[in-house]
Amino acid sequence: MYTLSVYFGCMLRGVSVPLTLLGLLERQPTHGYDLKRDYDTYFGRGKPLPFGQVYATLSRLARDGKVSGGDAEPGAGPDRKRYAITELGTREFDAWLGHPIEPEPHLQTLLFTKVVLALMLGRPADAYLDAQRAAHVQRMRELTEIKRTGGLMEALLADHGLFHLEADLRWIDVTSARLSALAEMVRAS
Amino acid sequence: MNSPNMPAPRWRGCLIEARDVRKSFGQTPALAGASLTVTAGEIVAVMGPSGSGKSTLLHCLAGIYQPDTGEVWFNGERLDTSSDNRRTELRRTAFGFVFQFGQLVPELTVVDNIALPLLLNRVGRKSAYARAGAWLPRLGLDELGGRRTGELSGGQAQRVAVARALVAQPKILFADEPTGSLDTLTGELVMELLVGLAREEATTVVLVTHDARVAAYADREVMVRDGKVINRADIHVEVSR
Repeated sequence: MYTLSVYFGCMLRGVSVPLTLLGLLERQPTHGYDLKRDYDTYFGRGKPLPFGQVYATLSRLARDGKVSGGDAEPGAGPDRKRYAITELGTREFDAWLGHPIEPEPHLQTLLFTKVVLALMLGRPADAYLDAQRAAHVQRMRELTEIKRTGGLMEALLADHGLFHLEADLRWIDVTSARLSALAEMVRAS
Repeated sequence: MNSPNMPAPRWRGCLIEARDVRKSFGQTPALAGASLTVTAGEIVAVMGPSGSGKSTLLHCLAGIYQPDTGEVWFNGERLDTSSDNRRTELRRTAFGFVFQFGQLVPELTVVDNIALPLLLNRVGRKSAYARAGAWLPRLGLDELGGRRTGELSGGQAQRVAVARALVAQPKILFADEPTGSLDTLTGELVMELLVGLAREEATTVVLVTHDARVAAYADREVMVRDGKVINRADIHVEVSR
């Protein structure tokens, strides 16, 4: 049985944890515990992020100069260090958020993450979706050219890609139409 | 009212242009400052969700609707302030049209329908029918020239519609959801034909569609949203890998 949690788990497989944590830190400096809670709320869907992965990721980000960790604060839990995104981290997150992803089927995972983070941070989610739509249509144009100039085998393979990209595009269109409602929900939570 | 301060477009390669076009139907705005430039020989897809204003934009470009404000230029000529007669003449001589359905005369044969624009342009009957007949092999409809178009399948009828739109060698072809009523494979055949023939005839195409598979046949696409055009050039498309 393909339950909803399994479905979301598959959908969100491949989301970049470091970049998502950077995005969550863009809102305000916070603790690892809160980052995990927010990650699980928005992106975890049936597959919570292990604490170990949160802290290991934060350590790597700190090592690379993308976040800074303050002194440990007293309190419950394994680590009460407050983390903040650095200028380098912000630049990396901005670059990731603003660039369309290489168009290939089943992109909802990353697109969903980008859209939610963009809305959370008051960034132009509609512009990101437009950019992704343009990248998708460009890839569809390339596949259409392969169909027009290739043999039947190439045409059938191109068709497979075209239908999947088309499904992604429909999701992009529906998400565009629902951005206002999604923004309200994300900002209210 | 049109803005008197807008400079005339420079016509280096630009065939048709909408400039800040606004159009409402009653209290309902359809276009809210739409601008679009199409270069001669380009095939441009105009995409957008239902109600976004993409068909209204096409009708304004083709001189079927007159904008409330803004300007439409065609080949160096101001179209939105032209007389009805002039716009009708342009639609007959310089513009071709393919719509989703309904543009053929069902009681007339395939050849009659293709010859019709030529006859309306006062081309002699013999020459008009010779030119119309020459299109049949290009359409893959060699055997069906004498068939009434009301007896054709949807895909065959659209192929005839494409030929009828191009037979008078228009400078620009306006196509509004030309495959909207066809299944996927038949739609692809029609698009192959439309794009292939338009390129052979060096005809500019403005193609309105909500279907990305259809838009993928164009050289570039623009999005219409809330009555405004979002050009792909304005969108950052460098992809991260």
